Amino acid sequence: MSPPHPSRWIRPLASGLAVIDGMGAPRFHIDATRANETVIVTHGHADHARPGHKHVIATPETLAIMEARYGARFAEQVTPLNWHETMRIGDVDIHLVPAGHVLGSAQIVLDSQGSRVVVSGDYKRKPDPTCAAFEPVACDIFITEATFALPVFSHPDPLTEISRILTSLALFPARAHVIGAYSLGKAQRVIALLRQAGYEAPIFIHGALQKLCQLYQDHGIDLGKLEPATSGQKGMPQPALAGQIVIAPPSALSDRWSRRLPDPLIIMASGWMQVKQRAKQSGVEMPLILSDHADWNDLLATIDEVDPKEVWITHGREDALMRALSLKGVTAKALHLIGYEDDAE
Amino acid sequence: MIRFARLLEQLLFTPQRNTKIHHLSEWFQNTPMPDRGWGLAALVGEFQSKKAKPALIRAMASTKIDAELFAISYDFVGDLAETVALIWPEPHLRPNSTPPTLSSIVSALGDANAEETKTLISQWLDISDTTTRWGLLKLTTGGLRVGASARTVRLALAHAYGKPVEHIEEIWPLIQPPYTALFDWLEDKSPRPNADGKAVFRPLMLAHPLNDQDMASITPENWLVEWKWDGARVQLASGQDGVRLFSRSGDDISSGFPELTKPLDWHGTLDGELLAGQPHDIASFQDLQQRLNRKKPSVKLMQTVPVFLRAYDILIDGENDLRQMPIEHRREILQQTLKTLDHPAIDLSAVLPFTDAQQLDEWRQKCRDGGLIEGLMIKARNSVYHQGRVKGQWFKWKRDPLTADVVLLYAQRGHGKRSSFFSDYTFAAWANHGDQPDGEPVLVPVGKAYSGFSDAELKKLDAFVRANTIQRYGPVRELKKTLVVEVAFDAIGLSSRHKSGVAMRFPRFQRIRWDKPAHEADHLDTLMKWIDS
Ligand SMILES: [Zn+2]
Ligand SMILES: [Zn+2]
Repeated sequence: MSPPHPSRWIRPLASGLAVIDGMGAPRFHIDATRANETVIVTHGHADHARPGHKHVIATPETLAIMEARYGARFAEQVTPLNWHETMRIGDVDIHLVPAGHVLGSAQIVLDSQGSRVVVSGDYKRKPDPTCAAFEPVACDIFITEATFALPVFSHPDPLTEISRILTSLALFPARAHVIGAYSLGKAQRVIALLRQAGYEAPIFIHGALQKLCQLYQDHGIDLGKLEPATSGQKGMPQPALAGQIVIAPPSALSDRWSRRLPDPLIIMASGWMQVKQRAKQSGVEMPLILSDHADWNDLLATIDEVDPKEVWITHGREDALMRALSLKGVTAKALHLIGYEDDAE
Repeated sequence: MIRFARLLEQLLFTPQRNTKIHHLSEWFQNTPMPDRGWGLAALVGEFQSKKAKPALIRAMASTKIDAELFAISYDFVGDLAETVALIWPEPHLRPNSTPPTLSSIVSALGDANAEETKTLISQWLDISDTTTRWGLLKLTTGGLRVGASARTVRLALAHAYGKPVEHIEEIWPLIQPPYTALFDWLEDKSPRPNADGKAVFRPLMLAHPLNDQDMASITPENWLVEWKWDGARVQLASGQDGVRLFSRSGDDISSGFPELTKPLDWHGTLDGELLAGQPHDIASFQDLQQRLNRKKPSVKLMQTVPVFLRAYDILIDGENDLRQMPIEHRREILQQTLKTLDHPAIDLSAVLPFTDAQQLDEWRQKCRDGGLIEGLMIKARNSVYHQGRVKGQWFKWKRDPLTADVVLLYAQRGHGKRSSFFSDYTFAAWANHGDQPDGEPVLVPVGKAYSGFSDAELKKLDAFVRANTIQRYGPVRELKKTLVVEVAFDAIGLSSRHKSGVAMRFPRFQRIRWDKPAHEADHLDTLMKWIDS
């Protein structure tokens, strides 16, 4: 007898993706978009990891990130789950494998009633010195993200991209090079890549990045010497940052903060920067194509690799991915989950 | 080509105009002829391959990728050249040659037919990186849209070669790509090309909007006032080489207006407003639009919608360049000239006698009733004809725009600067069905707006669209009917082409009413009241 179709026990609800019992009641959610009983969290980005759940299951790193962001009481109960360690809820075996997105980011592998479902969370395949690399797991249903699922997205080699900053620093030694990067993941990756590229001078970071950079360092990620970019009153940047590298959250790029820097050269590190018109729109002088999500080819290659019977798509540009999969003869469906932002990249 | 593509990228990402000028002038100085001339042609929009039309580029892309995937990608990126540049698959083994130079591109495309054009471009794309592909496609399809206007480019030329920009603008109509005569003069190898006696475009003088401080100084002793006609600003030039009509931006639009471009036995240059109808019976701007849209009007259209020129200035009269003369005196010559010309399709824009600024304000408010007048033009009696906008010389004082609260219905991604954001909006007003005047009102589309919002608002609108799409029709998204926007527009008229029966003139966003419920938006009847009688 063939096993029942997994849609009998896992399906999208208004509150996010849920594993349900025989009566249709949720046993637990994955990255629930509103407060819930039991939630497995793939990674620490705010749209995936929300505060207020009763019981949160996640990697120890993700739990640490949630605690750093939301305080120690972000959930009534927490269960850390190490890589490849199995736990059971009802008749579902759960284990986590790395997703390569940010520190602690996990894919959730679910085995139940003779089928295996893998929920990718956000993921990427390009090298990242700040987190464990994506591990492909063969499965029956692969539930994937689709943030950059358009054939126009082919993200270049990260080290080549980052070295453009060093070239620019040599060219404009008097300008403060201020890089906009999201505070969790991207900022630390930019710093680690700069170190890999041989940049050894202190890197100046905006106050909003302090806590998470410290957290990464506490988890053994070497970020070299970091110094606060902010000093004096009102959190304004130091005047002595000419010719230095400054990292700030993207929101600080357009406000007074960055304009106070000496002749700032505005750089933005994001996968969206691949579209020149879009980069132009955001007022960036030097777009740096650096993504924490899989690009088009990596999405398709990953699906080939895990070779599922069906692909479900959580969020992003699902229409293009649906089309490409239908051309390959792969069954796919869009879950249209609401509440995950694709700008926060 | 690689360096030119890098230049385009620098221009795109440089916010400051001075830095753009710096990049451009550096490129001019370091690029040999004729590449320099062809690059200049592309930058000012005067080079385009005849065969490399968007349809052909799209056809090329369709050999490399599924048509639906291409359509979705193009919808997202919003720019054809960039979409193809990004999507173009890298060949497994990149041919061992470098991308072509600008002049070799121009000469290769020169007389290539469509098939050959495809093959050539395709080979070039195979040996280029993404940015070079992007530059190459922008170059061949024309319309670079990298945020450097023709004016900025000419300023850069002036900067690079130390010549006054006015001298460059003046001879522009006389030179063609690759502009050998221009560069020979710029490099002091030959004298400046000469425009005397020829029917060429002369740069226009423009007006500033009048603000409250300026208002007090407006007195009849020092200022001339005339109506600001709601037509299209044009320049009529007559010379030994014929009569030409130029648009505001200097485009030759002669072929569309035969009634104005018959040979004259007078040489000179007039500045004025192109209007539809007859001097004693002016038709609406919508009528004029029909003529502006037609490169070659039919005899029938010329009969139903005639046009005429209402002249308000004279720049050149025979051999005399009058531009250094005060407008007061130019107007006297203009009046005399028009009398002698006695042309059925040219008349004079009258000067309005007035007592004080208070009176002008009343006139300005009232001119809404006529519909054919946009407001007032106020010119210093002693103003000489400068090019561009000069402080304190000419003012325009427009009537206030009309506004209406409307509901957003459909959204589409924009192009160019706005690309990849939802920036084109169709909006609606409430109306009752004709057959059920007492029934529930429904929303009927009344116009489209593309501008008036800030970049920050654009982002919010874009997020609104993505979260509130209820239906997709190709690139068009139908929206949940919840968001009210206050739109401003210059006029509204009856139109048989629109389902609602009305058409707005230049509608744009004034304010987004995030707070206002959709049922409080305006009713079509309210809009109808403003229709020009
Ligand atoms: Zn994420
Ligand atoms: Zn996400």
